[in-house]
Amino acid sequence: MRFASILLLAAVGGFLLWGSGDLPQRGDPESPASTGISTYYIQNAYHDSDTPNMVTAVLADYRGFDTFGEAVVVTAAALSCLVILLRRRRREDGSETGVFPDLDGDAPGGAA
Amino acid sequence: MKSLTSHYDSLFLHVVTKAIVPLIQIFALYVITHGHYSPGGGFQGGVMMAASILLLRITLGEASYRRFPREAGLAIAGVATLLFCLLGFASVVFGGNFLEYGMAVPGADPVRLRYWGIFWAEVFIGFLVWGALVAIYDALVTGGVE
Amino acid sequence: MTVEFIEIARYPYILIVALLLVGLYGMTVKRNLLKKVIGMTIFQTSIYLLFIQGATKQGATIPVLDPALGNEDPTLYMNPLPQVIVLTALVVGVAITAVALSLLVLLYRRYGTLDEVELLRRMKEQAS
Repeated sequence: MRFASILLLAAVGGFLLWGSGDLPQRGDPESPASTGISTYYIQNAYHDSDTPNMVTAVLADYRGFDTFGEAVVVTAAALSCLVILLRRRRREDGSETGVFPDLDGDAPGGAA
Repeated sequence: MKSLTSHYDSLFLHVVTKAIVPLIQIFALYVITHGHYSPGGGFQGGVMMAASILLLRITLGEASYRRFPREAGLAIAGVATLLFCLLGFASVVFGGNFLEYGMAVPGADPVRLRYWGIFWAEVFIGFLVWGALVAIYDALVTGGVE
Repeated sequence: MTVEFIEIARYPYILIVALLLVGLYGMTVKRNLLKKVIGMTIFQTSIYLLFIQGATKQGATIPVLDPALGNEDPTLYMNPLPQVIVLTALVVGVAITAVALSLLVLLYRRYGTLDEVELLRRMKEQAS
């Protein structure tokens, strides 16, 4: 099992190295990524929004919707951490709180 | 076993922490608000703000809940997300697209409007990351609300 | 000159693939779930490196407008787009790790172990 996993990893590594042969060289100014939309950002960021830092202009203005969705993801992750870890607790009237009552609580024989 | 929320009984640690936390926070606010001119912005500054609170949490233990309550992290994150959303809708009112800052105030210079839109977006992102990371730390260490 | 440049220019991909394989090894071979999460973060780091090394240009400076250079020639500044994408991906990576760790805390609270095989055995034991 372990041997098969390592064999599979070697195959994946070989495949990725073979595939990286077609990627542009490091630092190539003519690579596809450097000649696409990013030239527009570099040339127009200051005229459009008065912002010398192009990364900030792209982050908050041109791709603001992307950043907004990412912000919602971070907030949702914080909320879900709290919701997952809520401990079960008995209320006054006998009902119980907690979102995962089956998974909560200490292990019967374990060291929890 | 020592609880994760207990504090360390070291006078040096407490004095140095109380002295260094305001400095970290001022530098974090500098990083957030100067994202226009230098490498920086909301994400980096927000992480630094969260780091200052985590320093308080680790050294002071339970006493740090008086300075920064346990509920405050998630509250800050939620309010900042809401304000970011409202900032996006400010331009929709006057016929622009979502988050198109140049349309937010009719008659004003669109370039300056985009400048201030980026500024407020960075501030909201910074506060959001700050609150979210502190909330994640509190949830993982204390095991949710007792 | 050109041959040397080509040979040297390939090394980031080899290092990134090596880092990716380390992460994948942790995710597939290790039995402890916490070590699998560590492997996942190493895997993520290799992807960040792949993106951020694509932003470099030979002889370019950081993407902050320098009045002495002007903004007409895009080869003078590095590509800002991969930097933005990695910046957002970093924070999302932290969020993913946080959710994964809280799920592990939940599992450990219930079953008292994070070992994959032992966990499955205890789950079957308690279900029956």
